[in-house]
Amino acid sequence: MKEKIAELEEKARRLRVAIVKSLHKSQSGHTGGSLSAIDMICALYFHKMRHNPQEPAWDGRDRFVLSKGHAAPALYVALAEAGYFPSEDLMMLRRLGSHLQGHPDSKQTPGVDVCTGSLGQGLSMANGMALGLKLDGKPNRVYAVLGDGELQEGQVWEAAMAAAHYKSDNLCALIDANRLQIDGFVEKVMNVGSIAEKFRSFGWNVIEIDGHDMRAIVDALDAAEAHQGAPTAIVAATVKGKGVHLFENKAAYHGVTPNDQELPEALKCLGCFD
Amino acid sequence: MIATRDAYGETLAELGAENENIVALDADLSGSTKTGVFAKKFPQRFFNMGIAEANMVGTAAGLASVGKVPFLSTFAIFAAGRAWEQIRQSVAYPKANVKVVATHGGVTVGEDGGSHQSVEDIAIMRAIPNMTVIVPADGEETKGAIRAAAAYKGPVYVRLGRNKVPSVFAAGHQFVIGKGCQLVDGTDLTFVTTGLMTAQAVIAAERLKAEGISARVVHIGTIKPLDKELLLQAAEETGAIITAEEHSVVGGLGGAVAELLSEECPTLMKRVGIHDRFGTSGKSEELLKYFGLNAETLVEEAREIVTRKK
Repeated sequence: MKEKIAELEEKARRLRVAIVKSLHKSQSGHTGGSLSAIDMICALYFHKMRHNPQEPAWDGRDRFVLSKGHAAPALYVALAEAGYFPSEDLMMLRRLGSHLQGHPDSKQTPGVDVCTGSLGQGLSMANGMALGLKLDGKPNRVYAVLGDGELQEGQVWEAAMAAAHYKSDNLCALIDANRLQIDGFVEKVMNVGSIAEKFRSFGWNVIEIDGHDMRAIVDALDAAEAHQGAPTAIVAATVKGKGVHLFENKAAYHGVTPNDQELPEALKCLGCFD
Repeated sequence: MIATRDAYGETLAELGAENENIVALDADLSGSTKTGVFAKKFPQRFFNMGIAEANMVGTAAGLASVGKVPFLSTFAIFAAGRAWEQIRQSVAYPKANVKVVATHGGVTVGEDGGSHQSVEDIAIMRAIPNMTVIVPADGEETKGAIRAAAAYKGPVYVRLGRNKVPSVFAAGHQFVIGKGCQLVDGTDLTFVTTGLMTAQAVIAAERLKAEGISARVVHIGTIKPLDKELLLQAAEETGAIITAEEHSVVGGLGGAVAELLSEECPTLMKRVGIHDRFGTSGKSEELLKYFGLNAETLVEEAREIVTRKK
C-alpha cells in the first residue's frame, strides 16, 4: 500500500506539471481549482475507478462527474495520462477546433460522460446516473467533484436531498474545499458554513480529510464504497493552487494562467526541470 | 374530447410496458401531469423529485447518460421557465436523450392565474440548439408525438394542455417529427396553427367557406424543426398567412413562421396569440375568449387579411 500511495503521489506531481504546461500554453483557464482538485482526481483515475481508456463507453465503468467544470484541465491531464487521448492534445486546450473545450464536453472528449461547467448541476446528474445504474442492478459507482464555492448554488442541495432520499449509496461526492472563489474567500463572499454538517443533516455519510493527503483520500474512497444505505460526501480541505507557491491561496489565480515569467518557477516547484 | 395530458399519461404507461428503459420523473405534480399513471404501473421506474425542478432535469440527464429514456414532467412554466438553464446545459448541450413533457401550457391553466400560465415556453425552448419542440393539437396526436419522442434519440420538449380539447385527428394518426399537416385545402389564405388553435382554425375555415372565403388550414405539430416546405407552399399558393397559438406572439409559432417567410417568401401575415402580456385568472373558456383565442377571431382576421390582399 505504501508503494501504491507513493506511486499515486508521483503521478499527481506529474499531472500538476501537465496542468501548468497546458494552462501556460492556452493562456486561458483555471489554475487554482485545477491544482486543488488534482490529488483526488488522480486517486480516482489511477486507483479507485474501474474504467477502460481503450473503450471509453465500457458498460462496466464507474462514472465521473466534474461538477466544478472549470477544473477541466485537471480532468484532461488525468484522461490523457490514462490513455484516452494523446497528451499532445493538452497543448490545444481551449483552442478553436480542439476537443478539449473550456469546460468538459461529453460530445467531444473521450472519457467525458456529461457536460458540466455551469455550477451546481453536476451532483444532480451524478445522482441520476447512480439511480439508473442501481435500477439495472449494476455495481458501478459514481463520483462527483464539487467546489466549495459551488455549494452556494441551491440546486446542489436539491440534489443532496434527493440522493439521500433515494439512498444512493453508489454515489460519492468529493468537495474540493479550497476556501476561495473568484471574488475572494468563500466565507466572505457568501459563507457556506459547515459543509460537513450540512451534508450530514441531509442524511449523507460524511468523511472529512486533508484533500492533499493521498493516503487519506484513498482510505476515504474505500470507506465511501463500503458505506451502505446513504451517499457519501468526502469533504476535503484543500489549498487553491496547491503545489506552486506562486498560486497557492490566491483568489487571483482562480481564472489566471501561468505567464512566461512564472512558468519556470512553477515547474521548478513541481520538481520539473526539463 | 380528451385532454392532451391524459393521452400522455396513457401512452407513457403503454411505452413503459414496451421498453423497460423508459423512466419517469415528476416534481410533485404527477396527479396533474398524469405521470402518475406510469408511476402506478412501474413504481421502481418512477422518481418523484419533490418540488425541485432544476434537480429533476439534472437527474434526468444523468439517467439518460446511463442508457435510460427519461420522461420528465411538470407544468410548462416550471419546466421551461424555472429549469431553462438546466435544460440548456444538462440536456440540450450534451444532446441527452431526455424528454421534457410539460403540461398546463398556455392560459387554459385557468383559475391559477398568470403566475402559472406559461405563454413563453415555446419561444425559449425553440431558442435552444439541439432541441425539438412539439405542440400537439389533440389527444390522438399527443399519443403519436409521445411515441415519436420516445423513438427519437435526443432532447425533446412537448407542450401539453390542461383541458379537454376537441379531436382533430382520427385514431391511428401517424405523427412524424418535423412534418406539418394540411387539414383543409384553401386558396385565399392559410391558417397556420398549433395546439388547441388548430381545432379553432378548422371551425373558422368552415364558417369562411359560407362567406366565399377559401381558407387553408395547416397544422404545425412540430414548431422545431419547422416544416418549411409545407409553409412555403402555403405562402406561395395562398399569399396570406394567419398564425394562431395559445402562446405569446413573440417567438412562438408566429415568430418562427415570420422568420421563415420574411427570408424565403415575404408574405402578408398576421399573428394571433397573446400580445406580449401575462395571463390572468378565470375559467379557461373565458380566458380563450378574453385573449381572442377562438374561431371568431380567426374569421375576423381572415376577412381583414383578404381585404388587405386586394
